[in-house]
Amino acid sequence: MTTIDRTLSVPSPKSITAPALAGKTDTMVLNMGPHHPSTHGVLRLVVELDGETVVNVAPDVGFLHTGIEKNMEFKTYQQAVVMTDRTDYLAPLSNNLSYVLAVEKLLACEVPERATVARVLLVELQRISSHLVWLGTHALDLAAMSVFLYGFREREQILDIFEMVSGARMMTSYFRVGGLAYDLPSDFLPTVKALLDIMPGRIDEYEDLLTNNTIWQERTIGIGAIDSAAAIQYGYTGPGLRATGIDWDLRKDMPYCGYETYDFAVPIASNGDIYDRYLVRVAEMRESVKIARQAWQRLKDMGPGAFVTNDRKVAPPPKTEITHSMESLIHHFKLWTEGFKPPRGDAIAAIESPRGELATYIVSDGGPKPYRVHLRTPSFINLQALPHMAKGQLVADLVALIASMDPVLGEVDR
Amino acid sequence: MGLETKAGDLGVVTTSLETVVNWGRTNAMWPLLFGLACCAIEMMGAQGANYDLSRFGMEINRASPRQADLIIVAGRVSRKMAPVIRRLYDQMSEPKWVIAMGDCASCGGVFNNYAIVQGVDEVIPVDVYVAGCPPRPEALIDGIVQLHKKVERMKLDGTLRDRTPIHV
Amino acid sequence: MIDHETLLARLQATFGDAVTSAPAMRSGESVFHVASDRIADVALWLRDDSEFAFTFLENLCGVDYLGRTPRFEVVYHLLSMKHRQRICLKVGVAEAKPHLPTLTGVWQTANYQEREAYDMFGIVFDGHPNPERILMPDDWHGHPQRKDVPLGYEEVAFSINDEQIYARKPFAQE
Repeated sequence: MTTIDRTLSVPSPKSITAPALAGKTDTMVLNMGPHHPSTHGVLRLVVELDGETVVNVAPDVGFLHTGIEKNMEFKTYQQAVVMTDRTDYLAPLSNNLSYVLAVEKLLACEVPERATVARVLLVELQRISSHLVWLGTHALDLAAMSVFLYGFREREQILDIFEMVSGARMMTSYFRVGGLAYDLPSDFLPTVKALLDIMPGRIDEYEDLLTNNTIWQERTIGIGAIDSAAAIQYGYTGPGLRATGIDWDLRKDMPYCGYETYDFAVPIASNGDIYDRYLVRVAEMRESVKIARQAWQRLKDMGPGAFVTNDRKVAPPPKTEITHSMESLIHHFKLWTEGFKPPRGDAIAAIESPRGELATYIVSDGGPKPYRVHLRTPSFINLQALPHMAKGQLVADLVALIASMDPVLGEVDR
Repeated sequence: MGLETKAGDLGVVTTSLETVVNWGRTNAMWPLLFGLACCAIEMMGAQGANYDLSRFGMEINRASPRQADLIIVAGRVSRKMAPVIRRLYDQMSEPKWVIAMGDCASCGGVFNNYAIVQGVDEVIPVDVYVAGCPPRPEALIDGIVQLHKKVERMKLDGTLRDRTPIHV
Repeated sequence: MIDHETLLARLQATFGDAVTSAPAMRSGESVFHVASDRIADVALWLRDDSEFAFTFLENLCGVDYLGRTPRFEVVYHLLSMKHRQRICLKVGVAEAKPHLPTLTGVWQTANYQEREAYDMFGIVFDGHPNPERILMPDDWHGHPQRKDVPLGYEEVAFSINDEQIYARKPFAQE
């Protein structure tokens, strides 16, 4: 029986393959390739096994590297919003929000209250839809296929709402610098109300299927535990960190977009294993419904109003104004041909995405295009905790572990 | 009173071998479980209950390329991933078809840069291109239906394999 | 709230002029410039100090300021969960000898982020356990996110020029 080295470390594939190639024979090296049914995308794992027990595992990433950060340096600030959709493709609106908040800090731009409340509502709906995909694929990996079909049924309703506001189901690019891209349509509020009314009942259905299910519990309780000190060392954020017992949610602790005015709880668990991460995320879905209801009520009470900032140097004027105002025409022209130019400096904006802490760091050199954009994506950082959680588990648990960490490879590789 | 009616009463169907073979190929074309990026989520949505792909015979996605007929390249192909796709394509057995789903697989899409192969047709030959970023599940289904029509026109002798791609 | 002057005074009392003040970020965080050879010590001190308790490394990235000396800059964002505050440490890295001590001894989370800074910019972190490329293929030459490396743009095909472009494009054969 090989002893497992439990010191905190993040191995690379070469650190596992090099000793094997040099002649180490007491363990076997297995490749869980970039093409695998359960790796949630193109993630390659080099696994060192002793029989069926995992001795060490090294993720090999980069199979979806798209050069998004460099590509954004060649687009104007408003055009670059489109690129952010495609990093975490299960929660595009969250990525939009993080980027747009950073640019608004650079510009010191005011966003109207109605746009902020609409942003909160849509981001919470996005959180629910992302957790539904997580739940569906997690259950699918552990062979409970019906949850996948049920989850996608609700997800279709949420995607219909996104299509209603922006025209696209997934890559909406609906949040723009200064507010929203278009005004909310007239049947937005009734449709959202209908969805929010049925949602808690549906979450009860998913819990009915899984939470007290013996097979689910046998496969998830006690597997893949991580303690809170190790989680902080690895930079693990999001529901996984809250499952270890640390009460850290950016929406409560470093609020943005007026989150401090909403009434919601942050679910915490204590063991840090897969079952706890599952419970935390399902509870988060319920909290998101609560926040969305409050945001809905505020939108209803507010009535119609501005959806984008009045600052014409940042956001374009409405088309009706262009026909009779020379200044509006010039502003429109400048924005479309050149784009707005934030002052020199840098800014960082961090939000709580469904996967953890998503931060955008932007450096501006005074020109119309960003000088440097760095996306601090949670899945990339969280993946470093995988070897620690996997050591000593069986190969079959590796599948459940990856599913519970909920990586999105577009976000890992950018 | 022709032969057809008599044969029909007896439960006999006459057709050509090509039609039968192509009917079998289209009605049970199993895709490879291969999703790269955002388009894969729309492919999963197409597989779900709302836009059901099982009515086209694609209930199961085979994880092993040796058992799959169709590879739907759903998502952007990076330079590190291109050799992997080529190897998967080579491992598939004939007859095999390729759908390039989405703008990134068709032509590089939004990402015209150092890291993305500008169209998966630089790596493997493509039969149907489906446009969209990501294409709606209905668009993917349209691409699949067009592919089925293309397969129905295929000849059996193998040399007259129609390789002209269809753009949806 | 930890204010800039207090933190600067404590840091300079311990590290002298290895730490200097810099203008705050436009989003409000305090910024300190740290000399490149002392960054690991400064980070360890900030992590273990019981009053400030910057226990979380939030972000580590490289920036290429082409035309400026020093050319590269590595930006660290540290988070204090106790005070709910973020600060920024910036380290200038010269082009001729882009070496910097690693922070993997202080936080394990620096591992992948330093590998990414090496892969994208060529900044070498001394003492890193696995100094390899992470995002680009292993045999890639060059560091893509440097400013003097082009984007790798391919000419877009319209109906006026598609014939010439498709003649040169390496389409896959059977």
